[in-house]
Parts: sequence; C-alpha cells; structure tokens
Amino acid sequence: MRFVVPSNQAKEPDMQVTMTINGESVTKECEPRTLLVHFIRDIVGLRGTHWGCDTSNCGTCVLWVDGEPVKSCTILAAMADGREVRTVEGLEQNGQLDPIQEGFRECHGLQCGFCTPGMMMTGRWILDNNPNPSEEEIREGISGQLCRCTGYHNIVKSIQWAAEHPAENEVKA
Amino acid sequence: MQTPAPLADYVRATSVADAIAQLEKYGEDARLVAGGHSLIPMMRLRLARPEALIDINDLDELKSIKVEGNEIVVGAMVRHREVLDSPLLFEHYPIFRECEKVIADPVVRNRGSVGGSYCQADPSEDLSALGSALRGSVVIQNSTGTRTVPMREFHFGPYMTQVGDGEILTEVRFPIRPGAGSAYEKVERRVGDWAVASVGTFVVVKNGVVEDCGIGLAAVGAEHFCVPAAEEFLIGKAPTEENLEQAAAMAAEGCNPSSDQRGPADYKKHLAKELTLRALRRSVQSSQGA
Amino acid sequence: MTAVEEAPLSPAGNPIGFGNMKRVEDQRFIRGEGNYVDDVNLPGMLHSAILRSPYAHARIKSIDTSAAEALPGVVAVITGKTLEGIPRPSLLGDNFAWMPTLSYDTQAVLATDKVRFQGQEVAFVIANDRYIAKDAVELIDVDYEQLEPVMDAKKAMEPDAPVIRDDKGQTDNSITDVHGHKTWESGNAIGTAEAIAQAEADPNCVVVTQEIMYPRVHPAPMETCGSVSYLDKVTGQLTMYTTSQAPHAHRTVYAMVAGLPEHKIRIISPDVGGGFGNKVGVYPGYVLSVIGTIVTGKPVKWMEDRGENLMSTSFARDYHMTGTIAATKEGKILAVDVDVLADHGAFNGVAQPTNYPAGFFHIFSGSYDYPHAHCKVTPVYTNKAPGGVAYACSFRITEAVYLIERLVDCLAAELNMDPAELRLKNLLRPEQFPYTSPTGWEYDSGEYEKTMRVAMEIAGYDELRKEQEEKRARGEYMGIGFSFFTEGVGAGPRKDMDILGLGMADGIELRVHPTGKAVLRLSVQSQGQAHETTYAQIVAHELGINPEDIEVVHGDTDQTPFGLGTYGSRSTPVSGAAAAVVSRKVKERARQVAAAALECSPDDLEWELGRWYVKGDKERGKTITEIALLSHGSLELPEGVEGHLDATAVYNPPNLTYPYGCYICVVDVDPGTGQVKVRRFIAVDDCGTRINPMVVEGQVHGGLADGIGMALMEVIAFDEDGNNLGGSFMDYLLPTSMECPTYELGETVTPSPHHPIGAKGVGESATVGSPPAVVNAVMDALAPFGVRHADMPLTPANVWRAIQGNPIRVDMAVE
Repeated sequence: MRFVVPSNQAKEPDMQVTMTINGESVTKECEPRTLLVHFIRDIVGLRGTHWGCDTSNCGTCVLWVDGEPVKSCTILAAMADGREVRTVEGLEQNGQLDPIQEGFRECHGLQCGFCTPGMMMTGRWILDNNPNPSEEEIREGISGQLCRCTGYHNIVKSIQWAAEHPAENEVKA
Repeated sequence: MQTPAPLADYVRATSVADAIAQLEKYGEDARLVAGGHSLIPMMRLRLARPEALIDINDLDELKSIKVEGNEIVVGAMVRHREVLDSPLLFEHYPIFRECEKVIADPVVRNRGSVGGSYCQADPSEDLSALGSALRGSVVIQNSTGTRTVPMREFHFGPYMTQVGDGEILTEVRFPIRPGAGSAYEKVERRVGDWAVASVGTFVVVKNGVVEDCGIGLAAVGAEHFCVPAAEEFLIGKAPTEENLEQAAAMAAEGCNPSSDQRGPADYKKHLAKELTLRALRRSVQSSQGA
Repeated sequence: MTAVEEAPLSPAGNPIGFGNMKRVEDQRFIRGEGNYVDDVNLPGMLHSAILRSPYAHARIKSIDTSAAEALPGVVAVITGKTLEGIPRPSLLGDNFAWMPTLSYDTQAVLATDKVRFQGQEVAFVIANDRYIAKDAVELIDVDYEQLEPVMDAKKAMEPDAPVIRDDKGQTDNSITDVHGHKTWESGNAIGTAEAIAQAEADPNCVVVTQEIMYPRVHPAPMETCGSVSYLDKVTGQLTMYTTSQAPHAHRTVYAMVAGLPEHKIRIISPDVGGGFGNKVGVYPGYVLSVIGTIVTGKPVKWMEDRGENLMSTSFARDYHMTGTIAATKEGKILAVDVDVLADHGAFNGVAQPTNYPAGFFHIFSGSYDYPHAHCKVTPVYTNKAPGGVAYACSFRITEAVYLIERLVDCLAAELNMDPAELRLKNLLRPEQFPYTSPTGWEYDSGEYEKTMRVAMEIAGYDELRKEQEEKRARGEYMGIGFSFFTEGVGAGPRKDMDILGLGMADGIELRVHPTGKAVLRLSVQSQGQAHETTYAQIVAHELGINPEDIEVVHGDTDQTPFGLGTYGSRSTPVSGAAAAVVSRKVKERARQVAAAALECSPDDLEWELGRWYVKGDKERGKTITEIALLSHGSLELPEGVEGHLDATAVYNPPNLTYPYGCYICVVDVDPGTGQVKVRRFIAVDDCGTRINPMVVEGQVHGGLADGIGMALMEVIAFDEDGNNLGGSFMDYLLPTSMECPTYELGETVTPSPHHPIGAKGVGESATVGSPPAVVNAVMDALAPFGVRHADMPLTPANVWRAIQGNPIRVDMAVE
C-alpha cells in the first residue's frame, strides 16, 4: 500500500524505512508520520499487533523495539528505522511455542484474544529480566495494558506458569 | 485510531550540535523527539503539528546518570526506567524511586525520557514536582552556548518552559545533600493516571532542627510546582508534628487547584496538605534515621 | 461439590463432555493469528472517517465539503444532504439519512437538521487510506448555530426545556414506546403503597428511602466497532465483515435499512475483540460503510477511534433511581417501591425485547421473599449519545440488583443489623421454587442460603468482622460488602420476547460426517466466550464424539442458521440448549440406524456415552462413529428412516434461567485521601451445570473486574455545555491489574430444571453482582463517619467528599 501525498505538502513525504522484524530485514516505504503500529499492521502485514485507543493507555499495540516492550502507537515507524522489532509472530521459534504462549493457553489467560499479543510480549520481557517474579511484580509489569475479559487473574497465572516452565534454552534462576 | 497530521520531514540527530543545527534549519515548526511519549500522543490527537521531527534517541552523550562535584547529573535522554532503577539516585534521594514508580506504567517508562517530561511541562508532571522539591536546575544549550536555569524558574506556565526555538535541554542537575530524607506521595484515580495531586519533599534534620527542606507539588496549581513560604517556615524549626502540619497547611494555602474530572478544587487543596504532611513525616523519619 | 460426573477423556486428553478443557480458539490467538475486522483487507479497499459534532445540541446551517473533496486521495465526502438524496426502497422511510433503532425509534445516520449529542455523525469521508481520511475530516467546514443542550435528565421534562426531537414533531422530551406508553410500570402499585404506608404508621416497622444513581458507563471492549462492506454490483451480494454480537439480527436490520434483499446480504463477524453489549447495536458507522460501498463500488472499511467508541456507541445504565424499602424492626422485608428516571440519550436506541422497554429491570425484587413490589420507569431524551443496553447488564438487571442490594444495606444500617444476617433472614428458601416474584418472574431453581454460607465460609466472615472492629479502634477503615443477586437470563420465550419483531429463539445445525466427525453451526456469536470449545463439549456430552472431532462454526450468516446472537447471557441458556436438543435428535436418528444394523427394534437399544447397544447384551452395539458410516452407507434402512444423522433444531426457551450468586468484597479505605483498595473479592456463583468450569471462572473474573471498574472509576460524565468528559481512556478509566485482587471463587450447582443440560448462563453474573458488593464494602468502611450512600464511581475525590458529608454529583461535571 502506498500513501497518497496530500497536495498541500511542499515536498514528497514518503521515506524508506528498514528494520529487522522477528529476525528478518524489512524495507518498506511510508510517510514520516506513519505510526509503527500501522507500519507493522498495514504495510508489513503482521496483524497480531493490535490497537485499541488513541491515548497510549491500552497497550494492545505492545511489541519490542531493541529488546524492550514499547507501545507501537506511540512511536513513528521512522523512529524504528535501523532497529530490531519483535512482535507476537516472533514468539514461536522453529515451530516451538514460547512458554509464555503455552502459559496463556494452559491457564486460560485470554478470552477475546485482543489484548493477548501485547500481554504476552510484556510477559516475556518480565521473565527475561526476572525469571522468578512475584505476583506483585507481574501485576505491576502489565499495569500499562488493559484487558476487559479476564480481570487479569489468569493473565497473572499464565505468566507465573511460563516462569515455572522455562524453555530448555532459558536459564532458570 | 487517530493519526498524526502530515509531517514533512524526519531526521536523526547525530550529536547535540547537530540537533541544534537541525532545529535552526527547520525553524519554529520543528520539534525534537526523544521518547516521544508526550509528543506522539499530542501529534496523534493533532494538538501538535510539527513540520519536522528531529530524533535525538541516538545521542549517547545525553544518556548518563553521574555525579559531578556536589551535583547529580541526569542526561535528558535517560529513560524513566533508568531513573527508577538507578542505585545512585536512590542512594541520594529515595524520592526518585518513589516518584518514578508512580509515573505512567512500565512500558511507557521504558521509552519516555527525563528531558521529554520536563519539556512537555504538564502541570501534573511528577518529575516537575520532584525537580522543584529538590531545587534542581536544567541545562539548556543552543548554538551560542549553554545556560543553567533553576527548576523553579524553568516553567512559564502549563506546557511552557524556558527552552526556546533552536534550543535543547541537555541535562537536569540535582544538588547532593548529605543526610537528606526524601519521599513522594501521589493520589491518582487509578494506577498509571496523572496525579490528582502529588507532593515530593526532602528534609535535612541536623541536631533536632530542620536545616533544609524542599516541597514540590504537582497538579494543584502551585506556581513553579512549589510553595517557598512553607519551606521557609519549617527551616530552623524542630520537625514536630505541629510544625509539619503548619508547613503542610501553608503549602496547601499556596496552591490554586482547579476542579476537573480528577476532583473538585477543595479536595485537591486538602490533598496538597495531607500529602505534604505525609511526605514531610517520612522525609524527617529517613533523615533522622540516616 | 460439582453435580456433574467426571467425563471420560478423549485420545487428545479432552473431556468427552463437561469439565475443564483448554480452548480450541487459543491456538490462533496466542500466535497473533486472530482475525478481527481491522485485520480484514480486501483488494481495492477504501478507508473512511467520520466527522462528528463538537456540540451536544446545534442546528446545522451549512456544510462545506469542497476543501475535503479537493484533497488528493479523497474519494467521496457524504453528508446528511447526500443521504437525503438517495432514495431507499424500504418500509422504513424514504431515504438513507435516518435509520430505525432497535426500539422502534429513528436515529440519524448523518445529521441533517440538527446535531443532538456531542460526537454525533455529521459527515463521512472515504479515502485511499486512513490517514488521508482523517486529514479530510479536518477540512470539512460546518456552520452550526448552537442550541441550549439538555444534559440533566432531571431537567429534561421541565416545561421550558429545549425540545430535542423536534424532527418527530415532539413538544417535550418524553419517550413513547411502541405500545404508546410513556412510563413503564410493573408490580402492584396499590398493594405496595399500602404496605409502605402501614409500615410508616407502625412503630415496629421502618421505612427507608434512598436516591441511588447508576451513572452512565461504557462497555469499552478492547477492540472498537468497525466494519468492512463490499457490494458486488454484478451479483448484488453485500458482504459485510463487522464487529457484531448478533450477525443474523444485523443482517435483517441492514435489509430493512438499505432496502437490500436479505438473501443477498452476508454478514461475517470474524473474531470479535470483546463485546459486552457494545456490539449489539446497529451504528451509523456500520450503515455508512454499506452506503460507502454502494457509492464507490469498492470495499469500504470503517473502524472507529476509541474516542468515537466512548462518545457515540451504546452506553450503559444512566438510571436515576429512588427506592423505598419497608421492613419490620426484626428485619423482615415487607415491600419495595422504586421510581426511576431513565436517561436514554438523543435517540431511543436501547436493545431490549419489545415488551420490556426497561429491560428486565422489573426483576428488582431480587433474591428476597416479600409480597409487595412496584416500580415505575420514566424514560427521557437528553442531548447524550443513544443506546442503552450494554456492558454485560443482562437487560438492565445490573441496575435492578444494584438498587435492591444497596437498599438492603441502607435498611441494615437503619436497623443497625449485620447486612449478612438481614439477607439470610429474607432470602428465598429452596422449597419456594419455582418461585413467582411479586413482579411476575418465575425463578426456576435455587438454594440461596447454601450459596451464601459457602461465600461466608470462604471469606471467614466472623474473623473479618473481628478484624474490622480492631482496626476501627485503631482508626483504620476497612469495609466488608455483600451482594446477593438473582438474574433472569436466556431471553427468551418467543411468545413474550422479540427484538424488532424477531422472536428470541435460536437455530442450530449438526452434521455428522461418515467418519463420525461433526460440524455444529451456531446462530450465536462468541466475543471471547469460547463457543468453539464449550459447544463441542455439549455435543460430546450428548453423543460421545471426541470434542476435538467437532468443528464449531459461527459468525457467518451464510454458514449458520438464524438466531438472535450473543448478549444478555443468552448463548448457553438458548443456543446451548439448542446444541443439546439437536444432539439428541442425532442420537435418535443414530438409534434407528443402529437398530437396522443390529437387526433389532430401536426400543431394544440402550445408550451409553457414544454407543447404542442391545439391552441385556452389552457386547452387541454400535458406536456413534460406526453408526455415522452406516448411515451414509448401503445398509438397508427401515421405511421412514432417511439415512444420514444430520439434524437441525430451533430452541424456544420455555422460561428464562435464573443464575444467582453471593459476592463478598473487602476493602481498605484511606480517609485522609479517599483512596479505596479492594483487598479481597469472594464470588460464589450458582449457574447450574458448568460445561467448562475453567471458562465459567474466567467469565466471573472478568465481571468482577468490571464491577470494580464501575464502582470505583468508570463514568461517562458531562458538563453543562454538553461536553463528554469520558471520551478517552485518559478519562474513562478501566481497572488495571493493580486495582484487581486475586479473586477467590466458589460454586454451588443447582441445575435449571427446564434447561436440557441444566445450565443457566453466567456471562454477566459477575458484572451484575459485583458493583453493589464493592459499594456496600466502601459504605461499610465509612459507616463510622455516618455515611450511608454515595453514588458510583467512588473515586478518591468522591469518597473524601462523602466523608465530609458533601458527595459529588457524579453524572455531571464537578462544580
């Protein structure tokens, strides 16, 4: 998809952006104003990353930039140029689900599934930084992301499950 | 979802000097973008419509937290999470951790920057209350040089600061005060919300007397996020409950909050007092314990 | 405690029947492979954006769209005037500018004469991408003449109030329903008034009156509303991907609105990112995407912003209630009378069964045994967004439960009686069921006291009271709040219940393939309720087919039979029953085939899970898989037996089902700041048979969070100028993981006697039951300050003000 240039623009606004997405280098054209969430969803075509508000509150758009969860509605695609992006589609490795994905299924950590990708991306990051988080630490970690279905109870349990079932290549502290 | 208005240019600054040069090149319609967590939401709602964005995320020179002389220096590109996690800041002022813990949420804190928060100058900005309480200062650079502005002179009003066109805030400096106790108190409607009212304080108690203290207040209409009269009252006096209460009452007296969805003015005024008292109590306790 | 025997496990480890089973649908969601409406991109698809009114009440003098139309990338700009020019071959008016609501009122698709609420649809831009559509919206110039808005429902009926619906020739702001009624009453007015008057005169009785506001809130599912519509001009087929909880009902409405033949409309509701009632209504945006494809000949996507979602789509509640409860001094309730002022916004867009314009509010007599009850509901128009059944409300039972549960606590305070003791004194007793309430509802089954005792046991109630006493002595304020709720769900018997004339029964189809694998086609629509899993379990329970061998199809009107969709906790009570009934039809067909194969009479056969066998000779039998192949094979079947096992059914429920529960909330209140912390939440639900307890508990968790949200932070308030103060997630606050405790659940199981598998539906139980538990807990904490009532949401400011004796009026802006 190519954005049409508004006529009141003095100069050609399209730019080329290159980033590594889930390990693969991707180069696409977009406008300087294009939000990363729209770049990922509409231009790259990875639709597991969602959006749900206009005010950076809901966190359904969370993905990783350079190893940290970021609300992708609050950063321009241009700002991610040259950086490493990881989305929910990058959790599964070599056909093997990430423990965080298994945890959400095991513990009924999702219902409508809309907040789930963002929650899993943050959950993965929490565990990468702290393999044995307390319940309070998990709750705080996901506090910038809203879920309307689960009341968070089973999301917390899912992340705890993933902590208790690390993948073989994870070091259990 | 809502989308930003057209943006003509986006450039990455390679150094502070380059950022300033770019700002001069594009003029008043250019904006610096750091974490972007104030600016991009404003752009999305089309309340901000810059023609060009100059990205300063690559400026490593703005990313350190260090001690210089008797000051702690926090670079403008330091992220909120780094402030929260910094042992150095915590060692000198526990208020940094207490304050950062209640700013936005962990994901936003990963990205939002100290400089960005100060330059956004939201009247509810917690870091502004903290900066004013500690009587910090900011360093502003332009193509002719740098100047240091006390935090208590930094704001012209809501969303307005001393940082002018072609200028960049490079660092924030906080004086080190041995023996200081500090604390941060915030009431929010919900975790991650802007403050209904928040108060940060530090107190240095020596020989049973308050040698120095600072009180910073956000979201309650305190000019420059402070009420100096309350501090002046307390300095030189014993930190008794009665004196703390009097100082808290004076702090509230110096506030002029407005009613909104977060609460009516009388409530916010009450909070200014209540939270000042709570923060002072804990600051005194930790100073005496130090 | 469960009444259900444990089901045997399938080769995949799933229960062949009821029990915890991991969800089938999760496989796609955990991989980011869900397919929501905004994930739908059709070739040549255009995007759109809506210009909305900045004013609550204003006359449109002119609209200039020329600058927007000149913007490159803009395909079309549509206004109300454009729509007035498009003739509509329909029963419902002669042009597209107005559409019917689900309550037989009309609603503007795009405003022509006036705007009547802030956020109302004024113009529709179609463009090549969503950014340009937004750019163009900014370029539309509307000249408004501002009119005085009516924001306060209490003032809407004053003689000098501005008239909102002058388009209908109204001279005031009253609402008249399809039956010609301006108020909705039920119960015995005279008997109730007499009982209350007697109690007032009796020194051994008390009468308590309390004004109770249930403020306007919003369901706010994480996914906003949207649609992608495409009209194929050659075939005349309209395909619409949409966020709908009721695809079939929507299809019929679009047939009426657009004048398109219904058989040429296909509604696909793909994965829906939460509904909670928000996706029941038909909104102008959906209709505009249809008009957009008619006008452009290309697929048109409309996805609303969060602000648009909060400001224009179906709100919930907004009931100003005054309740009066009379009781003896020993605490025996005698009568309850309720007067309600119902704020319906600018268009009467509530989605209620036609004969129940106040929904099922009239069930307000609750879980208690008393003879006299009466209520009167008066609806009014205001300059607020339309809608009004939403947010998991069980057709306004949420308001009813909140009212009675608050009244009971006010009575307890008046009598200085423990609120648990007062409830136990008045709860309906098991031998009273089936019980006909004083407002005419027939409760199917219940063992209320047992459920309440389980909750008190989990809570450690006596210990909690002891702790509270000790804390109060130290100047700490904790509160314990109860709620005992009864819902009537599963609308409903079609002789009583319809929406726009469509009876509330649901169809279903079950096909069993030759190899014994099955496909079940549902009329109801999951928005996260796990239908793909739980419906397979129902069929498995009935037929013994492994649940992993049953595909559940829903969300596509071309692939599923007609039915009214998922809301009001109706899926399990209605469509779940249909699944059991259709399975039993298949089982009966299988019996005929098995009898032919086993060369015996069908009467000689007996069923065990998954198999018919000859009575007295268990070895001689045929499994359902064997029978499936036989039914498709060359076996000679007796006359009248058709072969194949496939069956269809339509389930018309004989009555509602009546789930109930007891909730206990424990809070700590900081009186210095007014902050409330929910420390514990105990929820014991009795929803009859539990098909998948894991899913039931998940739904309860979500509803408890909703209750915490409504009780403590959620509200759509307005200022006097008509500005919506809850139009973003910055101000419409949803609870986060930090405000919610780890929930403590319990259960009792009292099956519904009239439901084929005894299930009652639980989707909304916790949303209905939890708000009063939280509020009652906070009021309990504040009792030492003499506080008896404050309206939700109990924000820190509101709690502090309540302690000062000066609570905030929550529905209007603070002073």
